[in-house]
Amino acid sequence: MSDVPSAPNTHAIGLYINGEQHHLQVPPWLTLLDLLRDELDLVGTKKGCDHGQCGACTVLRNGRRVNACLTLAIMCDGDELTTIEGLAHGDRLHPLQQAFIAHDAFQCGYCTPGQICSAVGMAREGRARSRAQIQEAMSGNLCRCGAYSNIVAAVEEALPQMGGPRP
Amino acid sequence: MNSPLSGQPLDRVDGPAKVTGRARYAGEYPEPGLLYGSVVSGNVARGRIRRIDCDAALAVPGVVEVLHHLNRPKMAGDDESYEDADAAEGKPFRPLFNDRVLYSGQPLALVVAESLEVARYAGSLVRIEIDAEAHRTDLFAELDNAHDAPAELPGPRGDFAGAFEAAPFKVDATYSTPVEHHNPMEPHASTVIYNADGSLQVHDKTQGTQNSQDYLVKVFDLPKERVRVCAAYVGGAFGSGLRPQYQLTLAAMAALRLQRSVRVTLTRQQMFTFGYRPRTVQRLRLGADAQGRLLAISHEATGQTSRFEDFTEHLVEWSGMLYRCDNVALGYRLVPLDVYTPLDMRAPGAASGVIALECAMDELAQALSLDPLELRRVNFADSNGNEGKPYSSKALLDCYARGALRFGWHSRDPRPRSMQDQGELVGWGMAGGVWEAMQMKASARARLDADGHLWVSSATTDIGTGTYTVMTQIAADAFGMALADVTFQLGDSSLPTAPLQGGSFTVSSVGPAVRQACQALRGKLVAWAKGRYPELAGIDAGAFVVRDGQLQVAGKAYALEAMDVRVDAEPSARRQGFASATHSAVFVEVRIDEALGTLRVSRVVSAVAAGRVINPKTARSQILGGVVWGLGMALQEETQIDHGLGRYMNHNLAEYHIPVNADIGEIEVIFVDEPDDIVNELGSKGVGEIGVVGVAAAVANAVCHATGRRVRDFPLTVEKLLG
Repeated sequence: MSDVPSAPNTHAIGLYINGEQHHLQVPPWLTLLDLLRDELDLVGTKKGCDHGQCGACTVLRNGRRVNACLTLAIMCDGDELTTIEGLAHGDRLHPLQQAFIAHDAFQCGYCTPGQICSAVGMAREGRARSRAQIQEAMSGNLCRCGAYSNIVAAVEEALPQMGGPRP
Repeated sequence: MNSPLSGQPLDRVDGPAKVTGRARYAGEYPEPGLLYGSVVSGNVARGRIRRIDCDAALAVPGVVEVLHHLNRPKMAGDDESYEDADAAEGKPFRPLFNDRVLYSGQPLALVVAESLEVARYAGSLVRIEIDAEAHRTDLFAELDNAHDAPAELPGPRGDFAGAFEAAPFKVDATYSTPVEHHNPMEPHASTVIYNADGSLQVHDKTQGTQNSQDYLVKVFDLPKERVRVCAAYVGGAFGSGLRPQYQLTLAAMAALRLQRSVRVTLTRQQMFTFGYRPRTVQRLRLGADAQGRLLAISHEATGQTSRFEDFTEHLVEWSGMLYRCDNVALGYRLVPLDVYTPLDMRAPGAASGVIALECAMDELAQALSLDPLELRRVNFADSNGNEGKPYSSKALLDCYARGALRFGWHSRDPRPRSMQDQGELVGWGMAGGVWEAMQMKASARARLDADGHLWVSSATTDIGTGTYTVMTQIAADAFGMALADVTFQLGDSSLPTAPLQGGSFTVSSVGPAVRQACQALRGKLVAWAKGRYPELAGIDAGAFVVRDGQLQVAGKAYALEAMDVRVDAEPSARRQGFASATHSAVFVEVRIDEALGTLRVSRVVSAVAAGRVINPKTARSQILGGVVWGLGMALQEETQIDHGLGRYMNHNLAEYHIPVNADIGEIEVIFVDEPDDIVNELGSKGVGEIGVVGVAAAVANAVCHATGRRVRDFPLTVEKLLG
């Protein structure tokens, strides 16, 4: 082969992740998901499909929920990111984390960080008022253990404490 | 002593780790200098590798090695070395062993690089030329090539043919179920840490750390003490982790060759390149008298398997044990195809086999103009006809009664298409479920620290089932201690032996070992204390309490000493005279818009008899999850293969449909009281499988009630409802 391919050059970006500033050199092909997991050891953000089909990698980018697997790291220069590791204050869990435990809204736990981040983002969107609306707005996050009923119960309980509308 | 923790709906002890992202799964352990492996998959169903060209891949900066069948490290050459605790009969698949291509999606090379991106990219540059051979992947086209499954089926009893012939009411129907893939949310991954002394520390996605350890020891001829396999958290498995999967072989192979730590994580697409629930075709014949009493049952099934292994599951046995019938014939055949070997998948065999039985029962009820629930009551069996043994307990009649009451079954109008609401057809259907209540040998260790903390351990796993929590409850009760003072450790091959986590037998196998170990340790503590502190000699053992880091007896505190006990537990001889099973009754409401062909399952009531439930909260979650699986089986799940290519076409989560949140209506779970002091000392039967069994049949029966249309080919997708 005449033109041997080479790894791409890196670019400097700055990110605020869970309130902490990071200055990073990233290749353009690096997804936000792989940056978080492999470079920063923030493995709470999960990779379930790498194609934006399962929602396990959901994080909050400037307050909006996004699939980190469909987001390139270099797109996030200057952004504020919140991952599952950034929701609790020390030992004090976020109300949604507490509600997930109380309602047993997970089994294996692998989709859980994405479910929780997604619900936090959903609360901010302010469009999920009824149970059916919560179910619709949470349907981008697959749970193979089938904990959906409990996820909805947890979200319903925690929504009022998240500044979202009371369902 | 306080009221027992067993039986209380406690929160998961691993909950905080899981909701904060602290729980690490197999592919999430960091290691300095870790290399990333990317699997290069084939796309030919059968053939031989003619040439493999890695030059371009190796030229990419950051690529360390490309492993394939010509340059791999030495591996065992005998089949036995590849057989694991859940192996099917035959010759197990050997990754990168030789030039043979046995199925589409087969791993053909592993690119190892300094970063995941480089490995994946370089993988796209590996050129593999294959001499393709004709392949066969369609079960239905190959039914003539079936052979008897190497399964120990119960022999025929009575005279099925004669009784069926003479029966006044009959059903003769054929049902089919598709290939389905487990698709746990966590893709399979193995991180193999290569220690300075050459030993391997492995984090594997598995339902049996010792199974993975044994496999590596045999395949790579390693001393057992130099391989340790851990699985602290498993992101779902559902059977996919019962056998060591090829990412483990490849990661270990690369680590041994390069003497470096390596991680291999499969892509979602590659999650469709190993075991799955096999496609089946099943013929059910039922004969009954005018009262609905079953006179004859025949269940003949054919399933697919690979050309290298004969995978069997308990597909037809249920038809010989759920109901009372004197004339029963069961048959099970396999068709080898150019595909990978199927693999146990949640309620293996029962999930598919009971579909046929319970749909046929519904058809029989229609033929008899009898209520489907009444038909089942009429045929209640208090003994297992396959084994000729009474059930140790079987509260199925209570499941029928409580489930029906809760669902409102009595107000069902039996006529098809008779119930409508807001322009939608409403259908109510029901089905029964059954799963064996097994117990395996298991061991556990209990250790009390001098500071009063109880550590209990066994090499089982927690695939989301709640093992951490339930074992902690059992241990705390058995030792007589607060939950917070007990830690249960699992997921480590160096811990006392435990069976694979599968078949709903973890609580009933590991639970007794944990209980016995803690009881024995308590006995040891009391004996020690009476020797160490003479004033305690005459005091009743029940007065000894470990609390606040001390031994407390009759209001006085004493210093502790560390001590431990290890126990091996096995099923009691008493069990042998009995059959033991979990049962369920599932009631389903569907709502169908006939113009659009859309179907919603608006309500499910699942009433379960599973013996004593240790943790109603986590057990309920197991049933909820099982019901969701059943809904997926009924309506959505099907891995579709292009038989021309011999390749799965919907191998991703956008096209392989599983239920999403909005698909799920109300689900109510009822655990009926079912005391059982025979099944095991805890009286628990396990709940991982029973939740899924019967659900898909109940949905199909509800659809038939709603529409008058009997769909026998699963899943019940929109074109079958419209067509």
